[in-house]
Amino acid sequence: MKADKEIKKKRMRLSLPPEEYMHSGHLACQGCGATLAMRYALKALGPRTALSIPACCWSVIDGPFPYSSLSIPIFHCAFETAAVSAAGLKAGLEMVGDKETTVVAWAGDGGTFDIGIQALSGVAERNDNIIYVCYDNEAYMNTGIQRSSATPYGAWTTTTPVKHYKNRPKKDIDAIMAAHRIPYLATANISYPEDLYRKVRKAKDIKGTRFIHIYTPCPTGWKTRPEDTIKLGKLAVQTCIFPLYEVEDGSTWKINIKPRDKKPVKDYLRLQGRFRHLNEEAISFIQEEVDKKWARLLKYEEVSPL
Amino acid sequence: MRKVIMGNHALSYGAMLSRVQVIAAYPITPQTQVVELLSEMCADKVLDAQFIKVESEHSAMAACLGASLAGARTFTATSAQGLALMHELLHWASGGRLPVVLGNINRAMAPGWSIWSDQNDSLSQRDTGWVQFYCGSNQEVLDSVIQAFKVAEKLHIPAMIILDAFSLSHTYEVVEVPEQEKVDEYLPPFQPKFRLTPDDPHAFGGLTSPDHYLELRYKLQKDMEKAPALIEETGQEFQELFGRKLGLVDPYQCDDAEIILVTSGTAGYTACVAVDHFRQQGLKVGNLRIRTFRPFPFEIVRDILSQAKKVAVVDRNISYGHHGIFYQEIKSALYGHSPVPVFGYITGLGGRDITLDTFRQIIEETQKNDAPSERISWIGVKK
Repeated sequence: MKADKEIKKKRMRLSLPPEEYMHSGHLACQGCGATLAMRYALKALGPRTALSIPACCWSVIDGPFPYSSLSIPIFHCAFETAAVSAAGLKAGLEMVGDKETTVVAWAGDGGTFDIGIQALSGVAERNDNIIYVCYDNEAYMNTGIQRSSATPYGAWTTTTPVKHYKNRPKKDIDAIMAAHRIPYLATANISYPEDLYRKVRKAKDIKGTRFIHIYTPCPTGWKTRPEDTIKLGKLAVQTCIFPLYEVEDGSTWKINIKPRDKKPVKDYLRLQGRFRHLNEEAISFIQEEVDKKWARLLKYEEVSPL
Repeated sequence: MRKVIMGNHALSYGAMLSRVQVIAAYPITPQTQVVELLSEMCADKVLDAQFIKVESEHSAMAACLGASLAGARTFTATSAQGLALMHELLHWASGGRLPVVLGNINRAMAPGWSIWSDQNDSLSQRDTGWVQFYCGSNQEVLDSVIQAFKVAEKLHIPAMIILDAFSLSHTYEVVEVPEQEKVDEYLPPFQPKFRLTPDDPHAFGGLTSPDHYLELRYKLQKDMEKAPALIEETGQEFQELFGRKLGLVDPYQCDDAEIILVTSGTAGYTACVAVDHFRQQGLKVGNLRIRTFRPFPFEIVRDILSQAKKVAVVDRNISYGHHGIFYQEIKSALYGHSPVPVFGYITGLGGRDITLDTFRQIIEETQKNDAPSERISWIGVKK
């Protein structure tokens, strides 16, 4: 008896539930952030969940017909329809007597920031009862690394070659979604799984349109080492390039992590082949822009609720 | 109960009596009254359905597909540009084997902007794998919605009910609105062969390799081939319960006809007036109104048309660089089966009225010439 107690004491406490709804055999690249995002999110969502997945890496990662690496149902829908396909699915399930299932649209940045923004805006304005997750790897990775409006300033992609790297900032999708005054919005990051889990779990219990924007590194498209995926996620938060925060009802901002010593963006950029061409001047410009955006975010929190 | 209603409301009553569960729609002239009445029915709880007021027709169809995959009976309505915007998802509906029913009000495509009738919108969707019914009266519109759900759900293939802008959509006619109990007897609740549920999780519509895709499309065509018999059978059943016939085609005075007109939509009824008129003058004319365009009713069309000396196809549509679309279809149906000469006429595009005089010109030209010209015969073009 005494020995048992000692063993219990020494056992590490799990910070996430051990249940898995994503399984081996999927088709992701090594070091893929999008796979971690799904694995953690499903731990929070549980088995009574249904997904709509538009064209994106995940429409391939899950596996070809007749296979699936997830143990929850998936509606593979058209590229621009993730949000409204989920809303239709939710309405249909309710009308056949299933009021319990959480319906989640699971889309990449192209399907969210670009081609899917109309349907997403429609769903958010109506406050349709779904969770929308955007896993953001900052370009059209599934088609071979073309720029999207989520691609950050300065990045190389196959359609923004080094000589003409992307010269416009990343679209602020979170501000757009907050402006819809949806009940809940959060940014999350695969390098902070407990924070990600907590946010998805919280979203699950809220009614209406909930939006979760997950930062997911892509070694293939970013020209990074697969083993640096977690490190990049940490750096994205420590440099304030991708801050972690929540917005409730489009009026109350709450920043979850405020780095004590903000790291320079250079630390983040230098690990990635897609930024390798940037000179000092370009890097200082990026630093200034990140600083401005961070200062603005702090102000939003300060004056909350708006 | 008899009611005097417009064609658009006939669609709404058809959907209501079919007990649709999810409606997603976006407004477009001349479709608006369909969804106005349905949203009222939902708000007043006359109809137990969810109405998703989407921000585009593309989203309307996407929402319908999600709802249908969950196992709900699903309806939408649109017209012209809206149908064109749905195009991608029309393929998704048939490929996903989701039996959505859609009301389309035939309206000419822009530019120039037109809100008036022609068939190029729906005929552009010919190859999307939908059953297409072209209606000639408000009664037929209402009845067709109910029959369409029965056919669509049995085959897991979506169906489109098509009616002319204004000459049907906004025209009031006396319509027998059947009793709910009788409709329930005819159309039981939707029992899908598969549906999305966490109780039995599957991935629907995922990446399909060349090893499987061909078979999926083969099965779709095989099921589409079952539709003509099913439409006849469910039409017969409908007649037994409600006293009105719903067949693949609607022949009028064809048995002894020397010239048979081939028509669709409301022009099909104007054609009957023309038939009576010419018969009074001693010319044996008949009219074959095509109700089901997809699947194409090859057999019955061949049987009827091969008896005639001449066939005159009237198209309110055009495939640029070819000919009228019904004309092509009729010729292909008769090829190798009957030597009857087929004359093709294009008229009425963009809502130009198709009148008794239009048919007079068509019949006279067909009568005058021994063989059809290679060139399209246009009726009513101002030169």
